Amino acid sequence: MARKKRSLPEINAGSMADIAFLLLIFFLVTTSIDSDKGIPIKLPPKLEENSPPVDQNKRNVYEVLINSNNYLLVENNYMNLEDLCEATKKFITNNGVDPNLSESPDKAIVSLKNDRGTSYGVYIQIQNELKRAYNELRDDYAMEKFGRLYSELPKGTKAYEEVNTKYPQKISEAEPENAFNN
Amino acid sequence: MANFKKKDGLGSQNINTASLPDIVFMLLFFFMVVTKMKDNELLVSIAVPTATEVTTLENKQVVTYLYVGKPKNPDIFGTATRLQLNDAFKDPKAIPVWVEEEKKRLPQNMVPLFTVSIKADKEVKMGIMNEIKMGLREANALKIIYSTNKGLVKSRD
Repeated sequence: MARKKRSLPEINAGSMADIAFLLLIFFLVTTSIDSDKGIPIKLPPKLEENSPPVDQNKRNVYEVLINSNNYLLVENNYMNLEDLCEATKKFITNNGVDPNLSESPDKAIVSLKNDRGTSYGVYIQIQNELKRAYNELRDDYAMEKFGRLYSELPKGTKAYEEVNTKYPQKISEAEPENAFNN
Repeated sequence: MANFKKKDGLGSQNINTASLPDIVFMLLFFFMVVTKMKDNELLVSIAVPTATEVTTLENKQVVTYLYVGKPKNPDIFGTATRLQLNDAFKDPKAIPVWVEEEKKRLPQNMVPLFTVSIKADKEVKMGIMNEIKMGLREANALKIIYSTNKGLVKSRD
């Protein structure tokens, strides 16, 4: 009797799905999508015993102090976090106008000092605001000169280096000690 | 007349499951590519702060992590903020030794790019953070990155 040749039985795909689900759950459980973003900082090299103290002209150093109650003291005046960015920008772009502020962006140094009891979250917020001040200045400059935002300039190009030289990020952290306790 | 095969409509409908493993494998490969194996179990509870000016870590090979926070098991380890290096609690003074070991794991040409990613809880006090930074400076591990989530910083009330 002529019989149609039965087609080869298909592999039962149902159990493949089970295996795949098992592997998937394994990976879901054992791995983590790490948040690998953050604020990069370059620490100063460790202090040698005999290095002479660098003589800084006081006007070029912008003192930012945070005490253990997380209050912000900038150049001996209390300041709110929201105002820090604008005030820092004013300090950096002073260019010698106000005798209490910096002579040029090149010489401007922001000195950050915190207390043992300061909260890390607040410290990061302040680092963020300072960084934002520099980034905004750099963005404006890059827009003027190159028509692109600083964040869009590819690293290593002349344009990128030029913006970096115009507004060098000089945030120095003072050696910690128990700062003023209000 | 040509044979018309009767459509098998009245029998039980079998959904063709052949493509189901494909979909699942795609999801699987997605997870394999996007995540990395948790090499250290976190012994401390950490809620990283949020910031806007963040940059993404590009070269993950040269990064090593250090965790600071309150232990997840306060009965055994106490409630004080601790530093966790790899999978044990250490004192910040042990950082230089740890940095040396981590640097040994990198190929020679990547050693100058060695970066330490600090994952610390928002509520940690700066006392221990300063000790950690001193330890890192001692060890000449000067490139650090404060791990944060990207987002608007909520104003303090």
